[in-house]
Amino acid sequence: MSMNATITRSTRASRIAGVLALIVIVLLAAAPWWGSRADLRLIGEFATYVALASLWNLLAGYAGLVSVGQQAYVGLGGYVLFACAMFLGISPLVAIALAGIIGGLAAIPVAKLVFRLQGAYFAIGTWVVAEVFRLSFAQVQELGGGSGISIPVDAVKAIASSRDLREWLIYWVSLGLGAGSVLMAYGLLRSKIGLALTAIRDSEVASMSLGVRITTVKFAVYVLVAAVTSMVGALIFLQKLRITPDAAFSINDWTAFVIFIVVIGGIGTIEGPIIGTIVYFLLREFLADLGSIYLLILGALAIIIMLAAPKGIWGYVKDRYGFSLFPTGYRVNWKE
Amino acid sequence: MEWINAIVQGILVGGLYALFAAGLSLIFGVMRLVNIAHGDLIILAAYVALVIVQMTGLHPLASLIIAVPVMAGFGYCLQRGILNRTLGKDILPPLLVTFGLSVILQNGLFEIFTADSRKLNAGELETVSFNLVPGIDIGVMPLLMFVTAVAVIGGLQFIFYRTAMGRAFRATSDDKEIARLMGLDNGKVYAYAMALCLGVVAIAGVFLAIRSNFDPSLGPGRLIFGFEAVIIGGLGNLWGTLVGGVILGVAQGLGAQVNPGWQLLAGHLAFLLVLALKPKGLFPRIDG
Amino acid sequence: MSDVLLEVRDLKSFYGDFQALHGVSLTLQRGGMLALIGANGAGKSTLLGSICGLVPCAREAIVWKGEAIGGLAANDIVKRGIAMVPEGRRLFASLSVEENLILGGAMARPGPWDLAKVYAMFPILKEKRHQPSTSLSGGQQQMVAIGRALMSNPELILLDELSLGLAPVVIKDIYAMLPDILGDGMSAILVEQDVTQALAVSQQFICMQEGRVSLQGAPQAFTREQISAAYFGTA
Repeated sequence: MSMNATITRSTRASRIAGVLALIVIVLLAAAPWWGSRADLRLIGEFATYVALASLWNLLAGYAGLVSVGQQAYVGLGGYVLFACAMFLGISPLVAIALAGIIGGLAAIPVAKLVFRLQGAYFAIGTWVVAEVFRLSFAQVQELGGGSGISIPVDAVKAIASSRDLREWLIYWVSLGLGAGSVLMAYGLLRSKIGLALTAIRDSEVASMSLGVRITTVKFAVYVLVAAVTSMVGALIFLQKLRITPDAAFSINDWTAFVIFIVVIGGIGTIEGPIIGTIVYFLLREFLADLGSIYLLILGALAIIIMLAAPKGIWGYVKDRYGFSLFPTGYRVNWKE
Repeated sequence: MEWINAIVQGILVGGLYALFAAGLSLIFGVMRLVNIAHGDLIILAAYVALVIVQMTGLHPLASLIIAVPVMAGFGYCLQRGILNRTLGKDILPPLLVTFGLSVILQNGLFEIFTADSRKLNAGELETVSFNLVPGIDIGVMPLLMFVTAVAVIGGLQFIFYRTAMGRAFRATSDDKEIARLMGLDNGKVYAYAMALCLGVVAIAGVFLAIRSNFDPSLGPGRLIFGFEAVIIGGLGNLWGTLVGGVILGVAQGLGAQVNPGWQLLAGHLAFLLVLALKPKGLFPRIDG
Repeated sequence: MSDVLLEVRDLKSFYGDFQALHGVSLTLQRGGMLALIGANGAGKSTLLGSICGLVPCAREAIVWKGEAIGGLAANDIVKRGIAMVPEGRRLFASLSVEENLILGGAMARPGPWDLAKVYAMFPILKEKRHQPSTSLSGGQQQMVAIGRALMSNPELILLDELSLGLAPVVIKDIYAMLPDILGDGMSAILVEQDVTQALAVSQQFICMQEGRVSLQGAPQAFTREQISAAYFGTA
């Protein structure tokens, strides 16, 4: 029996976008040759936020786990990096990978605890865990206690011999993590796990009855996101050269902004975090001088978007024009 | 003896934590909403009281006469204007909107009042204490706080179980569609619940302001205390929330006795312990 | 005073893309009992829901005592004298029997029904009045649901699947009480799976099939075969 339709995953728009994305990545990777140090820092920071946003989006927008405590892993990653570099003599870039592993391992008992809570209580629970991390690290005198610690110059020099090369390497790792997070989310969602996640998002009851092991899937996603978040955290503090408990586990820097980015860009879409980060950087460019008024505007914007256009910018575009640059669904093309 | 004193003081401060938590528990029971801005609303109430005291010269406790209706009215408008629109099957909108609200409150208060620490002066009441047993002093203010918490929770229970408004709350929470068939307007019921909640928040805010210094950034911490008290005590049980608050206060007090830097951590660990051993809390009545 | 209490005019209803009602019309006279029969999914509950405000519809589609009330919120409609006994009882679990009844009377219009009269009609409820409503048997819960609706002294009472989940003996008892419950003057629309039971107590009936009215009139005017054909759509 033949079907008079073909099933594809991509559209012309997404295939074009795929090619464009590849070109952009190559261009960005070549930035050390055409850009200044400031350019590299900016793009690197952009990539960092895209990573954090994509990861949070995977957790909240797809697995339904709204965490307000991801800063726990950002900070953990940072401290692991500092500890490795300072006490174990491990090259910082290698330590980033180690931070990922440790972050993932730490996430296992955390998940076992917080998964006992539902919905918004889960969110606050993750926040409490982050607070516990913060308060605990503030007690560790070897890592500077409450006032924090700076990374010694030798540890940084272990990355590479010249300053330029160091900055390029850090830049490429940032880019890698940023693009990697987006691609990881994309890959995950196109796989069977992604199908399970979408089913869970649409109806937990129905998917349970179809045998989808919801808790296992959510658990796996939580641990994976924690691991990569820890890597991003390690990278962030490697660049800052100094870590304090308040900065490492700051809910403002690592959660509030990330949430705004994802909400404004479009939660539950892959393109959303990228769009949101662009908007965030634009707003920051023009409004950051306003200090707390800037944050007030972000807060008001998030509320308005949630009430008026809950799917964010990209969600609106997707609904209105029906295209996806990173398609995760299936399209039926009828043969006539 | 120091340890016993730590426990006694912990019990008393538990009353304040129960006050933080009572509103949170009430709102969750009626409309399954968890307000991330709850702690910031407590701080807002503290500042409202500050303004009232500065403008009228009233004693901080007397400022409640104005602060409670003001906060209640604000709660009614907040619910009807914004929060009612977020209620529904999806958990994201209320969470993200109240998160945004939290950010707005913190930064708004910062803009208006700066980061300077403030405190409300309750005069003689703050220093008077009586000696229960040698080595244990009970301050009048902490005792008043605890007694007020008990009275507030008792009052809320009374409203819930013996008044028409409480009946409306419970019915709407059970089945909001059929509640409509009884002539109840869901939006208004929720708004009254939020008004009641913020009335309690006003009381909590004033006591907070009297007890210790406050500034715009303290909100999230109070939310966490309230949340922990609710979870330890068990969802849907107001008296349980009081017990939860006491346990939290005692844990913190004992932690501080060991090492002052461990106060908060001890509280969090007590919470995590309860979560690990009794996930639904000590006296749960409803499911999350 | 006109004898026409309720008019449904070309009522259409959609759940998303699915059309549940394809233009249903009916007229209800004051004081009558109208049976609404039809298979599952025929649209009976949607019709009732539209009348009492639980299901949105066009303003002009429902006319109550000359006023267009379609689409109004349920809490506005109940004030106008329409009460509903929902399918599956749907009592408030956190409330006692008495509290459920009192709540039903929150929007009470003037009339004979009050707590005393409900207890007189259903003495068992008075005995159990402080118990949680959901701790009662199915039949008793049905009594509470009916009593709750009566407490508002409605002019029209909507009864949705009274017999659902009840033992045959209990169903018989409740139906036997219906004439007393309604007294004179109260009109009713009865949705019922048990066709025989429904037609036995009604003066008029409407049969629905896949969102349309397939047959209507007085029960005596039709044969079993005709009604069956209309019910199953085999006409």
